[in-house]
Amino acid sequence: MKIPTLHIPDGFISAPVSLLFLVISGFFVFLALRGAKKQLDEKVAPLAGLAAVFIFAMQMINFPVAAGTSGHLIGGALAAILIGPWAGVLAVTVVLIVQALVFADGGLTAIGLNVFIMSVLATLGAWYLFRLFQKIFPKNRIGFLTATAIASYLSVPISALGFTFQFALGGTAAITLDKVLIAMVGVHSVIGIGEAIITVLTISAVLSVRKDLVFGASKLKVSLVR
Amino acid sequence: MSTKRIVQIGLVLSLFVAAFVSFYASANPDGLEFVAEQVGFLNTAKDSATGSSPLADYGLTGLENERLSVGIAGIVGVLLTAVISFGLFTLIKKR
Repeated sequence: MKIPTLHIPDGFISAPVSLLFLVISGFFVFLALRGAKKQLDEKVAPLAGLAAVFIFAMQMINFPVAAGTSGHLIGGALAAILIGPWAGVLAVTVVLIVQALVFADGGLTAIGLNVFIMSVLATLGAWYLFRLFQKIFPKNRIGFLTATAIASYLSVPISALGFTFQFALGGTAAITLDKVLIAMVGVHSVIGIGEAIITVLTISAVLSVRKDLVFGASKLKVSLVR
Repeated sequence: MSTKRIVQIGLVLSLFVAAFVSFYASANPDGLEFVAEQVGFLNTAKDSATGSSPLADYGLTGLENERLSVGIAGIVGVLLTAVISFGLFTLIKKR
C-alpha cells in the first residue's frame, strides 16, 4: 500500500515558469492574508483552522476512479464555501506547504504551480461559481447545496485546465497540448464527482448544526433549515 | 452546538481518517500521475528535494508495518497542519 503522489512534482514544468507561478501565487496569498483579515470573524477562526486539518486528512483518501486511476479531494470549494474565499486560499495553501515540505508530495520548486491551481484557481473559481449559482437556484437548502455541488464539481476540471495552461507555458516534455488537455480534463471531470460528494456532505453537516458558521450562507437572509 | 464542539468533532474525525482510513485509500495512480503516464511525460518528474524526509510519501522510513507507517504519517500530518493553521488563523482573525 502506498499513497500515490498527489501533486505536481519537480521537473514537469520548466524552472522559469515555475518561478513565474511562485510570484503569481505569492501575490494571491498576500491578497488572501489581507482579505481573510476582513472576512474572518473571531467565532469562525477555529473553523478555519479545522478546515485545513480536515482537507489534509481527506487528501490522504484517494478514491478509485474508472480505468485504473484515483482521485482525491482538493478542498478549495469546501474551504471557500465554509470559511470564505480568502481564508479558503490560505487553508489549502497551508496543506500544500506541509505536504511538500514533510511528505515530499508536490515538488519544492513546483509549490507555486500547485498553490496556483489548487489554492487559487480551485478555491476562488469555486467561490465565484458558487455565488453565481446561488443567484440562479432557489434560496433554500436544496438550492444552496445544488450550487455547492456544481461549483465544487467544476473546480476540479478548472484545476486540470490550470495545469494544462502551465504545461503549455513550460512543459518540459515535447507533447502536443491537445493530448494533455483532453486527458487532464477528461480524468478530472470524473474525479470532480468525488469532490462534489465530499463537499456537499461536509457543508450539509455543518449547515444542519450551525448554519451561521457557514460563510457562504451568511449572506443568505432566508432560512436554510429543511 | 458550540463552535468548540464542532472543532473537537472535526479534529477527531480528521485524526481517524488520517490514521486509520488512509490505509484503505486507493493505490491507483492519482489523476495527474495517470495522465502523465498515459500521455508520456511521467519520466520528466524529478525527485523532490524533501524526498529524504522521514515521512516522504506518507510513510515512516524504515517501518515495515504499512498500517502503522501510514498511520503515523497521518497523525503527524494532522497535528502539524493543526499547529500551523490554528496558529495562522488566530493571528489574522478580526479582533
